[in-house]
Amino acid sequence: MRAATHPFVFTGCVELRQALGLLALDERELLDRVREVPPDSIFFHTHGYFLRHRPVTTAYGNDFARWAAVEAHDLVLAERLAVVEPFSFPTLDGLREELVTILHDHLRGVDAVVRLPFARGFHFQQSHVVEVPLGPHVNTLAEFRDGLAAVDPSAIYLHMVEARARRGRRSGDFGEWLSSSLDMPALAAAIERIDAHLTTLERVRGRLLHLVEAALLEGGA
Amino acid sequence: MNRIGEYRHVAPQGTVDILERLADRVRGRRFLHVSGSRLGGGSAQALRAGVPVLNDLGVDTSWEVTGGDASYYATARALQAALEGGERVLTEAGLARYVETNKTNAKKLDLRADLVFIHDVPPASLVTERAVGRWVWRCHFDCAAPQHGAWSFFRTLVDRFDAAVFSLPQYARRLGVPAYILHPSIDPLSDRNRDLAPREREAVLTSLRVTQDKPLLLQVGPFTRGHDPLGVVNAYRIVKKHHDVRLVLAGHAEDDPDSREVLADLREAARTDEDVVVLELPADAHLQINALQRVATIALQKSTQERFDLGVAEAMWKGKPVIGGPTAGIAQQIIPHVNGYIVHSVEGTAFRIRQLLNNREQIPRMGAAGREHVRRTFLITRQLLDYLALMVHLTA
Repeated sequence: MRAATHPFVFTGCVELRQALGLLALDERELLDRVREVPPDSIFFHTHGYFLRHRPVTTAYGNDFARWAAVEAHDLVLAERLAVVEPFSFPTLDGLREELVTILHDHLRGVDAVVRLPFARGFHFQQSHVVEVPLGPHVNTLAEFRDGLAAVDPSAIYLHMVEARARRGRRSGDFGEWLSSSLDMPALAAAIERIDAHLTTLERVRGRLLHLVEAALLEGGA
Repeated sequence: MNRIGEYRHVAPQGTVDILERLADRVRGRRFLHVSGSRLGGGSAQALRAGVPVLNDLGVDTSWEVTGGDASYYATARALQAALEGGERVLTEAGLARYVETNKTNAKKLDLRADLVFIHDVPPASLVTERAVGRWVWRCHFDCAAPQHGAWSFFRTLVDRFDAAVFSLPQYARRLGVPAYILHPSIDPLSDRNRDLAPREREAVLTSLRVTQDKPLLLQVGPFTRGHDPLGVVNAYRIVKKHHDVRLVLAGHAEDDPDSREVLADLREAARTDEDVVVLELPADAHLQINALQRVATIALQKSTQERFDLGVAEAMWKGKPVIGGPTAGIAQQIIPHVNGYIVHSVEGTAFRIRQLLNNREQIPRMGAAGREHVRRTFLITRQLLDYLALMVHLTA
């Protein structure tokens, strides 16, 4: 079995949330705040939703859409925000611009916005991700499969989401390692195409395992 | 003492492994918690469970408690109530004595640690005596709308910390230091939440004289207007026209005339309806609450006053759907239509109870969803992950 030129280390993570002290009590304020908050806050309320929400709760796709539906009771805005695909934007400023455009266009057709009490406002946060290396280093595709099957779901998030969106590794860590260290560009490309939006970390794990198992059956690595 | 290995059976897969790895990263650093009491719920309850587990993980963790005379505790209580938004009279002399008492406490206590967590108001002014390590103020209550004078005094203390921690962003003030968000948690291995053998459960229920011959609606919480037990009675009366159910209200009256009045009204309701059961229980009646939550058909938490209300998570952990009031803390725990319902009125409460009683198959489905939600989000293992991550982040 082919051995990697560099071992892969599965790394889990813990997300530390930080309140920014910025809030929006109506949709116009939401537009203003989305324009000015740090990029990390945009990341927390979009990509980060994927880490925090689980099978039963992934109903809105991001925190902005959830707030529009549950607190502002504006289902039109909620639907427009829910379909924003955070993984399709190369930069967080590009994602921010998309959110601003949706809010701006929506507000052009609204005469008056509902003012909410403090507790139901949108409270902006950001996060610090503390990385936690897990388990032994893996050197082969079979070891990679075994590690992937057992690792904490936060590792899927870190290698598939954080790596792409906040650390500029567009292929994600799995794809990058498979391509550069195991010389398996086709498998890497298939992993890169996994649609991680509006699903769960466990389902993404399942899709990853399916692709890796298929490669092993074909005799790859 | 709980051993960390026991949590592998209840925490999400992989959580204990991450805890052990994080503990490795902070080994050799000292973690200190300081609170105003070792007794009661809230921070003390969380520390009783969490400190032994952190030590079991190899993280040198200790817990100190401040002390003082009656005036120290009275001032600390009044100050906290004022920070929660209540009108209280705080005198300069009382506040000065509070600060002086904590200066004396600082001389008695060993406050040397890499990370010092100061819980709530009683020990907060110890920060004026800080020497080494990073200091964090852990606020367990809603501090978003404090009495102005109280906040003017207290802000001078908070700004001397390196960071603050709140349970929800809605509970936080805008501060000059970073404000982190850590949800509170329940301990699944404590008497309040651990599995009960049928015989043990039946013995507890027998001692409470609670029978299980009809569906049981349960609200656990203090008999205060903020928890609205009278609203629960009125909702029960609407439901009772259609379903033969029993309502159990378990809690205690607080030390104020308003709460005693609520209790008197509840007793009167129970006197005229044998299916309204009012159980006055002490704060440490954990096994009794556990047994009641396990035999409840539907749990209620119809709070109107902002508190995190972990009774919601406790009932969900026992596989019960929860109907709760629209506070930020309850909204954090209930996912509407998935593991319960958020309601805004007596009528809404009755409507959702009837909906569940008329569609019984929803009850175990919602209960199972609630238990999984709690497993991932509100168990103590998650809170310990947050503590250790904060330690890594602040003391690197």
